[in-house]
Amino acid sequence: MNRIDSLIKEKKNILNIYITAGYPEKDDTVFIVKSLEKAGVDMIEIGMPYSDPLADGPVIQHSSNRALANGIHLDTIFYQIQEIRKNIEALPIIVMGYFNQLMQYGVERFLEKAAASGVDGLIIPDLPVDIYNEKYRRKTEELELDMIFLITPQTSDDRIHQIDEATRGFLYVVSSSSTTGNTASLKKKQESYFERIAQMQLRNPFLVGFGISDKTSFDLACRYASGAIIGSAFIKAIENTSNLDKTIHQFIKKIKS
Amino acid sequence: MKYQVDKNGFYGKFGGAFIPELLYSNVEYLKEHYLNIIQDTSFKKEFKMLLKDYAGRPTPLYFAKRLSAKYNTNIFLKREDLNHTGAHKINNTIGQILLAKRLGKKRIIAETGAGQHGVATATVSALMGLQCIVYMGEVDMKRQAPNVARMEMLGAEVRPAISGSKTLKDATNEAIRDWINHPEDTYYLIGSVVGPHPYPDMVARFQSVISEEMKYQMKEKTGSENPDKIIACVGGGSNAAGAFYHYLENESVELIAVEAEGMGIKSGKTAATTQTGTEGIIHGSKTLLMQNNDGQIIEPYSLSAGLDYPGIGPLHAFLFKSHRGKFLGATDKEALQAAFELTRMEGIIPALESAHALAVLPKIKLKKEETVIINLSGRGDKDMQTYSSNLNALKNNF
Repeated sequence: MNRIDSLIKEKKNILNIYITAGYPEKDDTVFIVKSLEKAGVDMIEIGMPYSDPLADGPVIQHSSNRALANGIHLDTIFYQIQEIRKNIEALPIIVMGYFNQLMQYGVERFLEKAAASGVDGLIIPDLPVDIYNEKYRRKTEELELDMIFLITPQTSDDRIHQIDEATRGFLYVVSSSSTTGNTASLKKKQESYFERIAQMQLRNPFLVGFGISDKTSFDLACRYASGAIIGSAFIKAIENTSNLDKTIHQFIKKIKS
Repeated sequence: MKYQVDKNGFYGKFGGAFIPELLYSNVEYLKEHYLNIIQDTSFKKEFKMLLKDYAGRPTPLYFAKRLSAKYNTNIFLKREDLNHTGAHKINNTIGQILLAKRLGKKRIIAETGAGQHGVATATVSALMGLQCIVYMGEVDMKRQAPNVARMEMLGAEVRPAISGSKTLKDATNEAIRDWINHPEDTYYLIGSVVGPHPYPDMVARFQSVISEEMKYQMKEKTGSENPDKIIACVGGGSNAAGAFYHYLENESVELIAVEAEGMGIKSGKTAATTQTGTEGIIHGSKTLLMQNNDGQIIEPYSLSAGLDYPGIGPLHAFLFKSHRGKFLGATDKEALQAAFELTRMEGIIPALESAHALAVLPKIKLKKEETVIINLSGRGDKDMQTYSSNLNALKNNF
């Protein structure tokens, strides 16, 4: 059983924090993850900055641009994850990026490097499920990496089952039709959508992401899901801080209290 | 049919739909239904009527006598510049707006580079009484200001794209994000043969009216449907796709695509994708694009806003790799000079984009008995500021 499966089996109300690798400064990644872990975060999603992140809103676009300007590369990110793994064993780490990054690195080489560095799961939002199944699934599963696919309010039941079949670890349930960082509060409509997913008897548990920004939205998502993912709100919080560690602890305390 | 898209949306290994799940249901619905809708008799009738009575088709195929004499060959200009709104872009926007109406969509979004597609989209949105939002790079809004004014006059909201190089690529990113945020009421009206399947095929089909007309016009004028060469500029590649479409399978017709070299392919300021690009994914399509080793997309450059794009449509990537198409380039300077030459020899001011196609005439071998069609994709009104500021230099070189 890998780290993601054990965590979800053991714990409820899982808090997954998204960070952009190399942001605010290139070498902050390791420090931020250690600080998040100490503050009680259950899982980490590390964004691999991309020049043209189609699914991301302005906050993550901005952090990605800054990280790229800081000189971050995929190999830097793998190195940072190896550094994290020297001290932190149990915390599941997921990397998120766009398929073109994997293509240029070499998909198989990327998967091998990720597994060797201590990555547990991958989120590649523009990798089509059928192409994954046909070309990359065997290798991914051999390496015991979890490929995590997204579902949205527009995804049909049939397709949810197809995606569930291809997914390992957990399903990433996008809370509403939006790019990341849209903070419109979660509404009744979304609750019935979460409830529908919860009742579908899928093989995978699910986490809710996009639009989760504070304790209220986190708690609401956790009523239906195994946990939730916070990205843009956290990136915003650490943008201009003079004390990264303190800001991180305060941010997490507010969510978890 | 070697050069048609396959059932999964690929031209050889190029194309497909590499899109986030957030766009899947819209794109999948289009993929399942676009052929039925656009091949329906009532659709075809309405499309044809609007092309004729509204856009002003067929556009003339004009024998350019003085230009032919200079290059010692027979040059015909396909006058897409004479379409309503001033470019070939209207062919596609009429087709897609009719599709959007049949899908019951209320809100139209589009990206634009030179503003020609934005104007054409704003135009058909006004015609159909639909809300229209056009994303345009901030840099392009400045250099193509007359088109921004036209879009606003037509009732469209022009939203600046302020990320990246603030040009066409970034406007496209913003339009895609808008679509993600409004999946139910919004139709994304893409302006070129780019984006996820079925867009490249759909846009090529709507633009194919260009080569459909060329065939009978050539037959009338020369006795043969087939020219020896067809030359068209390529940014994303919609006018080239339309001009090549009905000749794709006829390999005796040489297809020449001209990319924007900007300040030169070694200058780092270029948009010549086949010369400087590699295989990857841009805007949901597997194709050739300009990128670094990490797969980060490189900001392109061309003086011409319509060609200032770091990729090409998947059909063109396939034409390039299969050698069915010959890909050449023209620099900013060469295009400006070619625009001036056409203006002074034929009394036609071309769009800076189309001028790139004209600019390869001195670079290719032409025979006296040969026939060459240049797709004059648009007119130069929008580029007058650029032309005026270069006028003295152009006169001196002419």
